[in-house]
Amino acid sequence: MSGPGPAAAAPHRDYQGAKIGMWLFVFTELILFGGLFLLYSAYRTKYPHEFHEGGQELNVVIGVANTIVLLTSSLTVAMSITAIQKGEKRRARILLAITLLLAAVFLVDKVVEWSAEIGRGIYPNGPELLKRPQGAIIFFGLYYTMTGLHGLHVLAGIGVLAVMLALLTKDRIRSDDYVKLENAGLYWHLVDVIWIFLLPLFYLAA
Amino acid sequence: MEHEAGHVIPYSTLVKVWAVLLALTAVLVFVSRVFHETLSVPAMLAITPLKAGLVFYFFMHLKYEGVLLKTMLFVALATLVIFLGLLFSDVLVRFG
Repeated sequence: MSGPGPAAAAPHRDYQGAKIGMWLFVFTELILFGGLFLLYSAYRTKYPHEFHEGGQELNVVIGVANTIVLLTSSLTVAMSITAIQKGEKRRARILLAITLLLAAVFLVDKVVEWSAEIGRGIYPNGPELLKRPQGAIIFFGLYYTMTGLHGLHVLAGIGVLAVMLALLTKDRIRSDDYVKLENAGLYWHLVDVIWIFLLPLFYLAA
Repeated sequence: MEHEAGHVIPYSTLVKVWAVLLALTAVLVFVSRVFHETLSVPAMLAITPLKAGLVFYFFMHLKYEGVLLKTMLFVALATLVIFLGLLFSDVLVRFG
């Protein structure tokens, strides 16, 4: 109708396609962590006593605090999407910045927690851990693998959310084009969901 | 057309979901500390998937998605449950 001019200038967008693509990635992540959860269940069945004792040694306060931090960060990223949908750019930026801050708090907690444990010689091949029975070595091996892989996802999430904040600031995420922020949000919620499962399996296992 | 699925969830709904998630976490921690002999495992098995479900349903906008996406998620989760079933059919024979 309007000739090649405006039509060619309008970038091609596929809202549904972009979202389905992100969800497919989310599924691969669910299966990745799901595999590790299966490994955990199998070994917990084999070494119930050692897993129980291992859970008692973990820092429940930090575990629960980090749960609150991640749940709240999920709220703020979801709210920032509502904000941009309503065209409230400034609010969207502030909410996303809070999300980034909370993600950083999570990692700082993680460093404090791991430092204390590593300081006691409890780490893969650590002198104190090697004196323990096989089940305890497996428990802490899974603990470091699963929370470590999750921590890497938090780190990646910080990168993704920081890019989103930059795009928001540059007006490349707008009230009429926000699927990037929605997809980044999906990733961040996934990181939250995985932590929701890690909390009872490790910290509350005792 | 482009934003047919771009449903706007009110702030108040999101905050309510967050409050429920925190409350469920509190219940989970309380039960695992106080009734750890009896109720800890059932509480974990009930509350943890419920929390994950709330995040999927509201925060991840699943409630407002079409049948296609919901079916895809169901297939992914069903796959995990099948793996879990197969695993335990083996594990319980070996270590049970």
